[in-house]
Amino acid sequence: MRYLATGVLAASLALSGAALAQQKAGELTVAMTQFPSTLNPHIDSMLAKTIVLHMTQRPLTTFNEKWQAICLLCTELPTIENGKAKPVDLPDGKKGVSVTYTIHPNAKWGDGTPVTTKDVLFTYEVGKNPDTGVANMEQFREIVSIVAHDDKSFTVTKDKLKFSYNLMNDFRLIPEHIEKANFDPKSAADYKKKTAFDTNTTNPGLFFGPYKIAEIVTSSHVSFVPNPTWFGDKPKFNRVTFKVIENTAAMEANLLSGSVDYIMGELGITIDQALAFQKRQADKYNYDFKPGLVYEHIDLNLDNPLLKDKRVRQGLLLAINRDQIVQQLFEGKQPVAHTNVNPLDWIYDKDVKTYRHDAKKAAELFDAAGFNVMKEGYRHNAAGDRLRFELMTTAGNRSRELVQQVLQSQWKAVGVEIVIKNEPARVFFGETTKERKYTGMALFAWISSPENVPLTILSSKHIPTKENNWAGQNYTGYKNPEMDKLLEDIEVELDREKRRTLWTKFQAIYSEDLPVLPLFFRAEPFIVPKWLKGIVPTGHQYGTTMWSQNWAAN
Amino acid sequence: MTRFLSLRFLQALLVVLVMSFVVYSLIGLMPGDPIDIMLSGDPNMTAADAARLRAHYGLDRPLHERYLEWLGNAARGDFGFSRQHHQPVLAIVLPRLLNTLYLMIGAFVISVAIAIPAGVYAARHPRSWVDQAINLFCFAGISVPTFFLALLLIILFAVKLGILPAGGMKTIGQSSFTDQLRYLILPVMTLTIINIAQITRYLRSGMIEVLREDYIRTARAKGAHESRVVWRHALRNAMIPTVTIMALECGTLLSGAVITETMFAYLGMGKLILDSVLANDFNVALIGLLFACSVTLFLNLVADLLYAVLDPRISYR
Repeated sequence: MRYLATGVLAASLALSGAALAQQKAGELTVAMTQFPSTLNPHIDSMLAKTIVLHMTQRPLTTFNEKWQAICLLCTELPTIENGKAKPVDLPDGKKGVSVTYTIHPNAKWGDGTPVTTKDVLFTYEVGKNPDTGVANMEQFREIVSIVAHDDKSFTVTKDKLKFSYNLMNDFRLIPEHIEKANFDPKSAADYKKKTAFDTNTTNPGLFFGPYKIAEIVTSSHVSFVPNPTWFGDKPKFNRVTFKVIENTAAMEANLLSGSVDYIMGELGITIDQALAFQKRQADKYNYDFKPGLVYEHIDLNLDNPLLKDKRVRQGLLLAINRDQIVQQLFEGKQPVAHTNVNPLDWIYDKDVKTYRHDAKKAAELFDAAGFNVMKEGYRHNAAGDRLRFELMTTAGNRSRELVQQVLQSQWKAVGVEIVIKNEPARVFFGETTKERKYTGMALFAWISSPENVPLTILSSKHIPTKENNWAGQNYTGYKNPEMDKLLEDIEVELDREKRRTLWTKFQAIYSEDLPVLPLFFRAEPFIVPKWLKGIVPTGHQYGTTMWSQNWAAN
Repeated sequence: MTRFLSLRFLQALLVVLVMSFVVYSLIGLMPGDPIDIMLSGDPNMTAADAARLRAHYGLDRPLHERYLEWLGNAARGDFGFSRQHHQPVLAIVLPRLLNTLYLMIGAFVISVAIAIPAGVYAARHPRSWVDQAINLFCFAGISVPTFFLALLLIILFAVKLGILPAGGMKTIGQSSFTDQLRYLILPVMTLTIINIAQITRYLRSGMIEVLREDYIRTARAKGAHESRVVWRHALRNAMIPTVTIMALECGTLLSGAVITETMFAYLGMGKLILDSVLANDFNVALIGLLFACSVTLFLNLVADLLYAVLDPRISYR
């Protein structure tokens, strides 16, 4: 329906010659498709919340647009080299690490209260309480202790010395001077009902970023005004409003009518819509299609006897023309993936084994695997088994359904039968992939971060089973002791060059074994008016709003 | 009459109770839950986190246990807390209900005000060019998908003419009544066009049939003025099936304007109920659906009472 609507919109706008509304002085209205369910930094996990919070807060550390780790709230990124991080022996005999951070001296909450270690300790107290209901408990679980040295510096001791020891990207502070009254450790479960982030959202004391929230209407919009206590560059807009428009065709119409100025890439229109829009309105906006860390791929159920054979998996990948798919459907804006490692990531191995389209070689591999008898246009083995798989994805996702159809026809050309079976997202993710109920192939995406170790996705210890209550994300059932060891080694290897070697080996095993069929990395389309400067897409989950103080009207 | 009303009230209570159980069960039986969706979108969340959150929100308890607890609390006036919005349910539902009432009443009143004269005129002048134009409009109104109509209106009034906002509830920073009225025009227009088409079609066919009846001929033979014949004798009888349709339409407007609300980013009940069902936000979904159910039952009761007003042969004892 959405695409029919988009088509109607396209045709009508082409005829109407729509005029663009002028930007209101000092104001910016941004369209996004989702509204955050809460603004508490630790309750619920949702991209819309992260985007809003980046306007008003800063984590201790993050990745910048070059995917390098940097300090935001801290003054200097602690490292073992600069002496601010030290490996330590923990009482249980494990090797841990103590990392000392210093909070920016000028950091103040919007009501003038300084951001101090009291906030750090309070955030830890809230987060580590299992009854609070924080979404990402892992970051609190890995902390053994936090010791405050003074108002601004503190040391965090973690239970494992990983290469990412100094990152605290999701450790977002909660203001102790406001939230202490709302948090009772004995009834921590009630905190989510009392948190001022939801009950008193416009309280300036909740924010220390470049902007603070001036108005919020649930499911409609959030308005921000500059925060006078912000310690960084002065924000350039007097008011920024994030307006929620769930229907992307209506979002386009709003952009053209001037109701919104800019559609953010992180939560905006789909890439095919954006490409069509660009054709109609090429001169009026700047377009940025930023490939990111959303990895579209096909999980293969390795319990399927046909897919257990590596030759079949490799043949399947050789039989499809991903370059053509990316070119025809996405005008080349989404790079073909060879493994789960993005070419923009420093660990990417440019010599990784690739599978360019080669139907002849694919046929040879299928023949070698025993599927050399052609009947009714499809390959069979000597036992009469047809080379046939179910290909599932999320129903209603137009881009994926298009890709699915192309794949089906390309595989048919080499004698592989594909039966398409799609399901609503909540069924697909809630049951089919999680409980490994798909019989052949599952097309979906993983979202990761720079240099992400896919331990839960590829380690044999993380295969979901009924016995482990479906814990883990290794939905393919991939088991390779070499890969298991490699994943664990990578995680604790501190030497960057040694780690690069391990990552190269990882990519070699991944591309040889093909537990999944890599497709491409999704690109986020940013449609920015010509007058708006300073929007820098990052391609990872720490997106453009983290640098909103740089947004300015030309 | 008192006995009839008491009986209908008890029936309505029973329907609401059964509905609450059915809705609760249907939401609970849907595979997957929002925690799974959260897990698939967050690389840092672990399966253990998911299990903990499921327990935290009570999603791991048996369905009947959760339902009975909800029912007990609801009976005491505690409608609970929205899992999705992190606010008390009534704080979410009541403003949405108010918004929907504006939309519903606006669309309904305008529809009826236009549809009745149009339907009567078309019935009195069948096959005239006006009748054909009204028929054409009605067919278009019934056939055109809501999203398509909404988009066309946005393009015409917001993009091309630039005289009305493309969507939303109000201009940010303003709270005047006239400003909010401007934002209501396009969604009301969308629903009105569809409603007019439906009501007019029913009324036209009802009127054509009634105007052929003997008692109409008798009234004319007695020398009654034509306007009295049409508006007093014919319309009252033709309105009986139309009133039923109007009552059902009105109920549908409360919970079923999802597409219109989505297209215009209008914060109404339809979208709230849909989102709550999809997000397993039991408390909000239930209260929203029960409100919708109660209003539909109430409107049907009003329709039943109106039958007696329109047709003296009908009486309730």
